[in-house]
Amino acid sequence: MVARVQTAAFDLAAELAGFGKGAGAIVTFSGLVRGEGGRLTGLEIEHYPGMTENLLNDYGRRAADRFGLSDWLVIHRYGLIAVGQPIMMVATAARHRAAAFQGAEFLMDWLKSRAPFWKREITADGPGAWVTARDSDDAALARWTAT
Amino acid sequence: MQVDVLYFAWLRERIGQPRERIETEAATVAELVAQLAAMDDWHALAFADMQAVRCAVDQELAELDTPITGAREIAFFPPMTGG
Repeated sequence: MVARVQTAAFDLAAELAGFGKGAGAIVTFSGLVRGEGGRLTGLEIEHYPGMTENLLNDYGRRAADRFGLSDWLVIHRYGLIAVGQPIMMVATAARHRAAAFQGAEFLMDWLKSRAPFWKREITADGPGAWVTARDSDDAALARWTAT
Repeated sequence: MQVDVLYFAWLRERIGQPRERIETEAATVAELVAQLAAMDDWHALAFADMQAVRCAVDQELAELDTPITGAREIAFFPPMTGG
Protein backbone atom coordinates (compact mmCIF):
# COMPACT_ATOMS: atom_id res chain seq x y z
CA MET A 1 0.00 0.00 0.00
CA VAL A 2 2.46 2.54 -1.24
CA ALA A 3 3.25 4.76 -4.21
CA ARG A 4 6.87 5.31 -5.24
CA VAL A 5 8.40 7.77 -7.69
CA GLN A 6 11.92 6.87 -8.74
CA THR A 7 14.51 7.04 -11.54
CA ALA A 8 15.65 3.43 -11.14
CA ALA A 9 14.18 0.60 -13.19
CA PHE A 10 11.99 -1.87 -11.29
CA ASP A 11 11.53 -5.59 -11.55
CA LEU A 12 7.86 -6.54 -11.79
CA ALA A 13 8.36 -10.03 -10.36
CA ALA A 14 10.41 -8.73 -7.41
CA GLU A 15 7.83 -6.03 -6.67
CA LEU A 16 5.05 -8.62 -6.57
CA ALA A 17 6.85 -10.94 -4.13
CA GLY A 18 4.69 -10.82 -1.00
CA PHE A 19 2.21 -8.41 -2.60
CA GLY A 20 -1.46 -8.93 -1.74
CA LYS A 21 -0.88 -11.92 0.51
CA GLY A 22 -4.15 -13.79 1.06
CA ALA A 23 -5.97 -12.08 -1.84
CA GLY A 24 -8.08 -14.05 -4.31
CA ALA A 25 -7.20 -11.80 -7.27
CA ILE A 26 -4.19 -9.72 -8.27
CA VAL A 27 -4.17 -7.44 -11.33
CA THR A 28 -1.00 -5.78 -12.61
CA PHE A 29 -0.48 -3.22 -15.34
CA SER A 30 2.87 -2.01 -16.70
CA GLY A 31 3.33 0.88 -19.11
CA LEU A 32 6.35 0.68 -21.45
CA VAL A 33 8.03 3.26 -23.68
CA ARG A 34 6.84 2.88 -27.29
CA GLY A 35 9.30 3.42 -30.14
CA GLU A 36 6.56 4.91 -32.37
CA GLY A 37 7.81 3.03 -35.43
CA GLY A 38 11.49 3.71 -34.76
CA ARG A 39 11.02 7.48 -34.48
CA LEU A 40 11.93 7.58 -30.76
CA THR A 41 14.88 6.30 -28.79
CA GLY A 42 13.19 6.99 -25.45
CA LEU A 43 11.26 9.38 -23.25
CA GLU A 44 12.30 11.89 -20.63
CA ILE A 45 9.80 12.22 -17.80
CA GLU A 46 9.62 15.23 -15.52
CA HIS A 47 7.51 15.42 -12.36
CA TYR A 48 6.58 17.73 -9.50
CA PRO A 49 8.45 16.32 -6.49
CA GLY A 50 6.33 16.18 -3.36
CA MET A 51 3.00 16.76 -5.07
CA THR A 52 3.39 13.61 -7.17
CA GLU A 53 4.03 11.30 -4.22
CA ASN A 54 1.21 12.81 -2.14
CA LEU A 55 -1.28 12.60 -4.98
CA LEU A 56 -0.44 9.00 -5.91
CA ASN A 57 -0.73 7.88 -2.31
CA ASP A 58 -4.05 9.71 -2.04
CA TYR A 59 -5.41 7.96 -5.16
CA GLY A 60 -4.17 4.63 -3.86
CA ARG A 61 -6.09 5.09 -0.60
CA ARG A 62 -9.20 6.21 -2.51
CA ALA A 63 -9.03 3.14 -4.76
CA ALA A 64 -8.63 0.88 -1.73
CA ASP A 65 -11.70 2.43 -0.06
CA ARG A 66 -13.87 2.41 -3.16
CA PHE A 67 -13.12 -1.09 -4.41
CA GLY A 68 -12.19 -2.81 -1.14
CA LEU A 69 -8.62 -3.50 -2.22
CA SER A 70 -6.57 -5.44 0.31
CA ASP A 71 -3.31 -4.15 -1.22
CA TRP A 72 -2.14 -1.76 -3.94
CA LEU A 73 1.15 -0.57 -5.38
CA VAL A 74 2.01 2.24 -7.77
CA ILE A 75 5.54 2.82 -9.12
CA HIS A 76 6.23 5.60 -11.64
CA ARG A 77 9.68 6.44 -12.98
CA TYR A 78 11.07 9.78 -14.07
CA GLY A 79 14.21 10.84 -15.96
CA LEU A 80 15.46 9.21 -19.17
CA ILE A 81 13.83 5.90 -20.09
CA ALA A 82 14.73 3.94 -23.24
CA VAL A 83 12.24 2.42 -25.69
CA GLY A 84 10.91 -0.91 -24.44
CA GLN A 85 11.68 -0.13 -20.79
CA PRO A 86 8.95 0.13 -18.14
CA ILE A 87 7.72 3.62 -17.22
CA MET A 88 5.30 2.65 -14.48
CA MET A 89 3.28 -0.12 -12.90
CA VAL A 90 0.09 -0.50 -10.92
CA ALA A 91 -0.87 -3.59 -8.93
CA THR A 92 -4.13 -4.19 -7.06
CA ALA A 93 -5.21 -7.06 -4.84
CA ALA A 94 -8.74 -7.94 -3.80
CA ARG A 95 -10.91 -10.89 -2.85
CA HIS A 96 -12.40 -11.14 -6.37
CA ARG A 97 -11.23 -10.14 -9.85
CA ALA A 98 -13.83 -7.44 -10.61
CA ALA A 99 -12.60 -5.24 -7.75
CA ALA A 100 -8.95 -5.81 -8.67
CA PHE A 101 -9.54 -4.94 -12.37
CA GLN A 102 -11.68 -1.89 -11.54
CA GLY A 103 -9.25 -0.65 -8.91
CA ALA A 104 -6.36 -0.85 -11.39
CA GLU A 105 -8.33 1.00 -14.10
CA PHE A 106 -9.44 3.65 -11.63
CA LEU A 107 -5.84 4.22 -10.53
CA MET A 108 -4.59 4.40 -14.13
CA ASP A 109 -7.29 6.84 -15.24
CA TRP A 110 -6.60 9.21 -12.33
CA LEU A 111 -2.87 8.91 -12.73
CA LYS A 112 -2.93 9.70 -16.46
CA SER A 113 -4.86 12.96 -16.23
CA ARG A 114 -4.11 14.19 -12.71
CA ALA A 115 -0.66 13.08 -11.57
CA PRO A 116 1.93 15.79 -12.32
CA PHE A 117 4.15 13.97 -14.83
CA TRP A 118 5.20 15.29 -18.23
CA LYS A 119 6.73 13.24 -21.03
CA ARG A 120 9.10 14.51 -23.68
CA GLU A 121 10.13 12.55 -26.75
CA ILE A 122 13.79 11.69 -27.22
CA THR A 123 14.96 11.00 -30.78
CA ALA A 124 18.37 10.18 -32.27
CA ASP A 125 18.86 13.97 -32.60
CA GLY A 126 18.26 14.59 -28.88
CA PRO A 127 15.33 15.98 -26.90
CA GLY A 128 12.22 16.55 -29.04
CA ALA A 129 8.63 17.59 -28.49
CA TRP A 130 6.67 17.43 -25.24
CA VAL A 131 3.91 14.83 -25.45
CA THR A 132 0.47 16.50 -25.52
CA ALA A 133 -2.38 15.28 -23.33
CA ARG A 134 -5.24 13.44 -25.00
CA ASP A 135 -8.90 14.32 -24.52
CA SER A 136 -9.61 10.58 -24.27
CA ASP A 137 -7.71 10.53 -20.97
CA ASP A 138 -10.11 13.09 -19.48
CA ALA A 139 -13.06 11.14 -20.89
CA ALA A 140 -11.75 7.97 -19.22
CA LEU A 141 -11.58 9.79 -15.91
CA ALA A 142 -15.14 11.11 -16.25
CA ARG A 143 -16.66 7.65 -15.92
CA TRP A 144 -15.46 7.43 -12.30
CA THR A 145 -16.87 10.83 -11.35
CA ALA A 146 -20.22 10.70 -13.19
CA THR A 147 -23.15 10.48 -10.82
CA MET B 1 3.29 38.75 0.09
CA GLN B 2 6.04 36.58 -1.40
CA VAL B 3 5.28 33.35 -3.22
CA ASP B 4 7.49 30.76 -4.89
CA VAL B 5 6.31 30.26 -8.46
CA LEU B 6 7.31 26.94 -10.05
CA TYR B 7 7.29 26.01 -13.73
CA PHE B 8 7.37 22.59 -15.33
CA ALA B 9 7.90 21.12 -18.82
CA TRP B 10 7.56 23.66 -21.66
CA LEU B 11 6.53 26.47 -19.30
CA ARG B 12 9.89 26.05 -17.55
CA GLU B 13 11.66 26.19 -20.91
CA ARG B 14 9.82 29.27 -22.15
CA ILE B 15 10.42 31.17 -18.92
CA GLY B 16 14.01 29.94 -18.69
CA GLN B 17 14.00 28.94 -15.02
CA PRO B 18 12.33 26.31 -12.84
CA ARG B 19 11.24 28.70 -10.06
CA GLU B 20 11.29 32.30 -8.97
CA ARG B 21 10.21 34.24 -5.89
CA ILE B 22 7.55 36.84 -6.69
CA GLU B 23 6.28 39.74 -4.61
CA THR B 24 2.56 39.97 -5.29
CA GLU B 25 -0.73 41.36 -4.06
CA ALA B 26 -2.69 39.02 -6.35
CA ALA B 27 -5.77 37.51 -4.72
CA THR B 28 -6.35 34.73 -7.26
CA VAL B 29 -4.39 32.56 -9.69
CA ALA B 30 -5.74 34.67 -12.58
CA GLU B 31 -4.43 37.89 -11.02
CA LEU B 32 -1.00 36.31 -10.51
CA VAL B 33 -0.97 35.11 -14.13
CA ALA B 34 -1.74 38.66 -15.32
CA GLN B 35 1.14 40.01 -13.22
CA LEU B 36 3.58 37.33 -14.44
CA ALA B 37 2.58 37.69 -18.11
CA ALA B 38 3.34 41.43 -17.91
CA MET B 39 6.89 40.87 -16.65
CA ASP B 40 8.61 40.20 -20.00
CA ASP B 41 8.20 38.53 -23.41
CA TRP B 42 9.16 35.08 -22.09
CA HIS B 43 6.50 35.13 -19.40
CA ALA B 44 4.00 36.56 -21.87
CA LEU B 45 4.67 33.69 -24.29
CA ALA B 46 4.39 31.06 -21.55
CA PHE B 47 0.98 32.35 -20.45
CA ALA B 48 -0.31 33.25 -23.94
CA ASP B 49 -2.71 30.29 -24.09
CA MET B 50 -4.23 29.58 -20.68
CA GLN B 51 -6.23 26.67 -22.13
CA ALA B 52 -2.88 24.85 -22.26
CA VAL B 53 -1.80 25.72 -18.71
CA ARG B 54 -2.70 23.94 -15.48
CA CYS B 55 -2.02 25.19 -11.96
CA ALA B 56 -1.46 23.97 -8.42
CA VAL B 57 -1.65 26.09 -5.26
CA ASP B 58 0.43 24.63 -2.42
CA GLN B 59 0.55 21.37 -4.39
CA GLU B 60 -3.24 21.07 -4.78
CA LEU B 61 -4.70 21.29 -8.30
CA ALA B 62 -6.35 24.68 -8.72
CA GLU B 63 -8.37 26.81 -11.16
CA LEU B 64 -7.89 30.38 -12.37
CA ASP B 65 -10.34 31.69 -9.77
CA THR B 66 -8.69 29.82 -6.86
CA PRO B 67 -7.68 32.26 -4.07
CA ILE B 68 -3.94 32.43 -3.37
CA THR B 69 -3.90 34.65 -0.29
CA GLY B 70 -1.50 33.05 2.17
CA ALA B 71 -0.23 30.48 -0.37
CA ARG B 72 3.48 29.66 -0.34
CA GLU B 73 3.98 27.76 -3.59
CA ILE B 74 2.17 28.17 -6.89
CA ALA B 75 3.04 25.93 -9.85
CA PHE B 76 2.21 26.24 -13.55
CA PHE B 77 2.50 23.37 -16.01
CA PRO B 78 0.95 21.85 -19.15
CA PRO B 79 -1.77 19.16 -18.94
CA MET B 80 -0.26 16.04 -17.38
CA THR B 81 0.97 13.17 -19.54
CA GLY B 82 1.97 10.47 -17.06
CA GLY B 83 1.24 6.78 -17.14
